[in-house]
Amino acid sequence: MKDFQYLAPRRLDEAAALMAEHAGSAQLLAGGTDLLIFMRNGRKSPEVVIDAKKIPELTRLQLDAGRLTIGAAVSCRTVWEHPEIIEKFPALADAATLIGGIQIQGRATFGGNLCNAAPSADTVPPVIVYGATAHIASARGERQAPVEEICTGPGLTSLAPDEILVSLSIPAPQANSGAAFLRFIPRNEMDIAVANAAARVDLDETGETISAARIAIGAVAPVPLYVEAAGAALAGKPVNDGSIASAARIARDASTPINDMRGTVEHRKQLVEVLTARALRRACDRARGEKIQ
Amino acid sequence: MSGKSLVTATINGEEKQFLCEPRQSLLEVLRDVLYLTGTKEGCNDGNCGACSVIVDGVLLDACCMLAVEAEGSSVETIEGLATGDELHPLQRAFLEETGLQCGICTPGFLMSAKALLDKTPRPDEQQVRHWLAGNLCRCTGYDKLVRSVLKAVEA
Amino acid sequence: MSDTSPKNGFNVVGTSPIRPDGLDKVTGRAQFADDFHLPNMLHGKILRSPHAHARILSIDTSAAEALPGVRAVVTGADFPAVRHELLNQGTAGVLNIREMSENCMAKDKVLYDGHALAAVAADNPHDAELAVNLIKVEYELLPPVMNVRAAMADDAPVIHEDFHPGGFIAPTEKYLPNASRLQLGNGDPEQGFAEADLVLEREYTAETIHQGYIESHVTTVTWDSNDYVTVWTATQGQFALRDHLADIIQVPISNINVVPLEIGGGFGGKERLYIDPVAAFLSKKSQCPVKIAMRRDEVFRATGPSSGTYIKLKFGVKQDGTLTAAHLHMAYEAGAYAGGPLFLGVMSATSRYNIPNIHIDGFDVIVNKPTMRPYRAPGAPQALFAVEQMIDELACELGMDPIEFRMKNLMRSGDRLVPGFPLAPIDTEKMMETVKAHPHYQAPLEGANRGRGLAYSIWFNIGEISSARMQVNPDGSVTLATASPDLSGTRISLAMQAAETLGIDVEQVSPTVSDTQSIGFSLPSVGSRTTYSTGAVVCEVAQEILKQMCERAVLLWETDAGQVSVENGVFSNKAEPGQTITFNELAARMFETGGPISHHRTGHTQSFIPGTAAHLVDVEVDPETGKVDILRYTVFQDVGKAVHPDYVEGQMQGAAVQGIGMALNEEYFYDDEGRLKNASLLDYRLPTSLDVPMLETVVLESPNPAHPFGVRGCGEISIAPPPAAIANAIYDAVGVRLYSMPMAPRKVCAAVKAAEPAKAA
Ligand SMILES: Cc1cc2nc3c(=O)[nH]c(=O)nc-3n(C[C@H](O)[C@H](O)[C@H](O)COP(=O)(O)OP(=O)(O)OC[C@H]3O[C@@H](n4cnc5c(N)ncnc54)[C@H](O)[C@@H]3O)c2cc1C
Ligand code: FES
Ligand code: FES
Repeated sequence: MKDFQYLAPRRLDEAAALMAEHAGSAQLLAGGTDLLIFMRNGRKSPEVVIDAKKIPELTRLQLDAGRLTIGAAVSCRTVWEHPEIIEKFPALADAATLIGGIQIQGRATFGGNLCNAAPSADTVPPVIVYGATAHIASARGERQAPVEEICTGPGLTSLAPDEILVSLSIPAPQANSGAAFLRFIPRNEMDIAVANAAARVDLDETGETISAARIAIGAVAPVPLYVEAAGAALAGKPVNDGSIASAARIARDASTPINDMRGTVEHRKQLVEVLTARALRRACDRARGEKIQ
Repeated sequence: MSGKSLVTATINGEEKQFLCEPRQSLLEVLRDVLYLTGTKEGCNDGNCGACSVIVDGVLLDACCMLAVEAEGSSVETIEGLATGDELHPLQRAFLEETGLQCGICTPGFLMSAKALLDKTPRPDEQQVRHWLAGNLCRCTGYDKLVRSVLKAVEA
Repeated sequence: MSDTSPKNGFNVVGTSPIRPDGLDKVTGRAQFADDFHLPNMLHGKILRSPHAHARILSIDTSAAEALPGVRAVVTGADFPAVRHELLNQGTAGVLNIREMSENCMAKDKVLYDGHALAAVAADNPHDAELAVNLIKVEYELLPPVMNVRAAMADDAPVIHEDFHPGGFIAPTEKYLPNASRLQLGNGDPEQGFAEADLVLEREYTAETIHQGYIESHVTTVTWDSNDYVTVWTATQGQFALRDHLADIIQVPISNINVVPLEIGGGFGGKERLYIDPVAAFLSKKSQCPVKIAMRRDEVFRATGPSSGTYIKLKFGVKQDGTLTAAHLHMAYEAGAYAGGPLFLGVMSATSRYNIPNIHIDGFDVIVNKPTMRPYRAPGAPQALFAVEQMIDELACELGMDPIEFRMKNLMRSGDRLVPGFPLAPIDTEKMMETVKAHPHYQAPLEGANRGRGLAYSIWFNIGEISSARMQVNPDGSVTLATASPDLSGTRISLAMQAAETLGIDVEQVSPTVSDTQSIGFSLPSVGSRTTYSTGAVVCEVAQEILKQMCERAVLLWETDAGQVSVENGVFSNKAEPGQTITFNELAARMFETGGPISHHRTGHTQSFIPGTAAHLVDVEVDPETGKVDILRYTVFQDVGKAVHPDYVEGQMQGAAVQGIGMALNEEYFYDDEGRLKNASLLDYRLPTSLDVPMLETVVLESPNPAHPFGVRGCGEISIAPPPAAIANAIYDAVGVRLYSMPMAPRKVCAAVKAAEPAKAA
């Protein structure tokens, strides 16, 4: 590996200034579980590596009147160990426990997963269905964007080279709301998704009708894909196999997977339909108050 | 090039200072600078768990962390698992239950299992299998390895 | 002669003591190859071809040489022309040293993605890697040939202008530009098929797989000013490494010492050299010790994986279940150079059933992949994947119970094996009866998409040459050295055999693995031979030690030769009832009775010792995703005698899980240009602890007459049945047959889908 300069700013404005100074030749280091691997195999060779983990805004995990703020450098393990997240935002915990093994979860962050912009990134579909907002800072100022607008292609994001993802914020879920994330991998652990799917449903007070839904799928398109039409098709529909199947079909049709070492087009299309349906069922069960790990 | 940095960290309870380049991983520094070669390398990319260590209470792969990041941290490695001549119950169980064959994965499994027991003192088989899934063993087929951890739980 | 033969009841054999090297392995103190450091040591890195097949037009190393910290650069030009190309290794076959050298460093052509081209030694590994990336190579690209059928096609690009047909155990004959051939047979297949009531023809494929040991290949070499070369590395065979290295670097064999360090797995993949000659030349040039540690991707791309195959079967059977004829077309990848595991695949394909009329057409096929090397029961899993599925399919078609069907055709001791010699003594019937009576076989299997499968195997363990040296010390302790690297606890099983024979406690024996200057020649730790073959030699040495000690007692007691006998470590004088002396007491008096007591022996044991295994598996298939989960698994294996039962079970379980891995997910995934896309442990997908349940083991012990305690060897066979057993279970669960390995979810899913309209109709 080429040598580089390592900097560990303790303040956000300091980090933003460094990012501005080294724009294009600097990389933020969160957990490093993507970055260090890419630096080792030569896919990335920054001259400056800026550690994100000493900046308070990036390491904060906060629940405030039901609204969740996850600092970009918060590890997956911190997320799945948080009892309130498990209860209120189970799809986040679903994804956080699936990334790598325990060791990787101790380092890997939600921010790194999003900014690395892999089509298979497992935490991205859940944050999309929860309607998360990305908070972004740079020496030029701050901005916000819906999280589904961050990834623009494999390894590409809408962040400018000097921008820092500070946090993701997620509005408090409504009553009778449930969400779930599922992925398919050939092994049972330590694998990259062949396909994944997240679903969130808001049920009416009877628990029988879906008032709103959001669906996002992964590893089946150049970016983690928010399938608005699949969610829209469920609005006003009863919770039953028929409505779930037709939403899953829409997700399948929205997918544009490729053949690679992890899966085939045909298998991925099949999987995304199956996973969407299963995630929807699980989300409905959770919305009805069933505890599912 | 940025030259070498001086890093101070607590390793197995003892404060240590070492010089390293930013590009050196914690694994590299443990093995090649501090000569603590008990932590093994199987892949150098987070895929095998042979380099598992505990940093500030968190189990991680030493190959996926820069040594400079360890500044001010407390690092536990296999060399610190026994207390003097007194083996950790996990080490004893691995010996008695033949939880190892070639032994290259053993330090990593022991550190992972230790982190598990620190958090969940009485795990069941499924919890053990789930927790250890970030560690690969090619020799044992995991049966005796998982039994070893369960035996240490009984002890 | 004194009576020193072992008794029927065992004192040590059959117990499970703690291994002597265990403590260092659980405390992190054991010294594996990469844990070895020398002062002033440099780090070597290797430039590897990104192309599967290309001519090397030029290599420019100037920029690398100019980088600060770089101490030496070598290319194929530094590798001398080889003195003699072919090395006859007896039963190990004929080895082509020129090809072995070019596999370590290409000269004119690169033959696979990952083929080494140049190497750099620098002060640290990072700078060595940066320097390697500064080397410029011009290539003329040639079309890659990526599987056996493409390589055997009429218009296939030719990989070698000329090649020596492979010689892994049995010689083959050159047959096509990229393939050589081995034919075996018996009877008249045409006649046999005519007699059959049912004839099935099926095709099976398997992908290239890797041994997947967790320790990479690491070596440290010094080449001193007197041309003495010392190698510290992890190898399955220090003598093979020494001899091959001597031929490649052209120094006398006696100038080389290979010191085996602790080895982190091998499974057949660490009995060949890759980086040692490179490190040797870098050391010669830089005049410093040089360590080379392969990265994980290099291990996948450029060591010795195991063959992908194409197998076509035609089997004929009578209505009563009697097999009448079989034709087997078996094509095994050899990789870049001839000499893959073909013979063992051919040998193990049907060797458990009597098929009176049989023809096997085997092909060793050169392709643009790394050179295939043994992987635990080499060739057998692929062969069994085909044949044991065929057997199951025939039984199903005939409506027969799969065990009854196997019993009907079962080979027994003395029956003729395909290569022409008889099956050595083993109780094959007992194995089948044990499976049948076992609760797992008897248990009902309930639930949707669940199924049970069985596969059965006979495998042949290697004997041949082993060495052992034993020394009795005045304190009664015994030093035992062998030349057999310990991959899995064999030091303890050898020490146990020594202790059993000597009649002492196992704790008194210190077993070590010696370097090549301290002990006689031995074949590598391969072929399930260490506990059996080296064990037999250890027993012989121990017998000799007892004989010497009886002679010492004769001197001590001034009695007649032949009057002293020994049992359980106590020597007694027949002429003087009541006069006894213990092993330790006698050892203490060795200097009064003629000096040190020691013995060294290089012995030879019989090969093709059969072992049997049957695997029974219950699976659950998710028909929507194609995922197969293992619910229950039982391994039945006849090991002759389980010296250390815990480690025997460990071998059975470890091998079974490797077989499960190759059955379900493991494969080399190449793109159209012949680049390996999944050269990482993440994407190659070895099973994790969550992918398998506990594995029940049933150990059978039908003694091997060629070993004093009946040991057969147990390391390999249980890798062979899992793919077929799982395939048969999948069929039982969802009614589809998978003819292509791995039975990855994408394939299972596609097969289920393809069967749906048929089922609906
Ligand atoms: C063995 C293994 C298994 C894995 N399994 C999975 C899996 O199952 N699912 C999955 O989705 N991924 C998996 N990954 C990939 C990886 O762990 C995840 O993508 C992880 O979430 C990345 O987070 P990180 O903190 O490690 O990111 P880093 O590696 O630190 O950063 C990744 C990228 O994002 C940039 N970045 C980080 N933080 C910010 C920020 N705040 N602002 C702007 N840019 C930033 C970095 O500069 C870098 O380019 C695996 C990786 C490994 C090694
Ligand atoms: S060496 Fe760190 S995970 Fe494999
Ligand atoms: S004991 Fe060899 S890899 Fe686990």
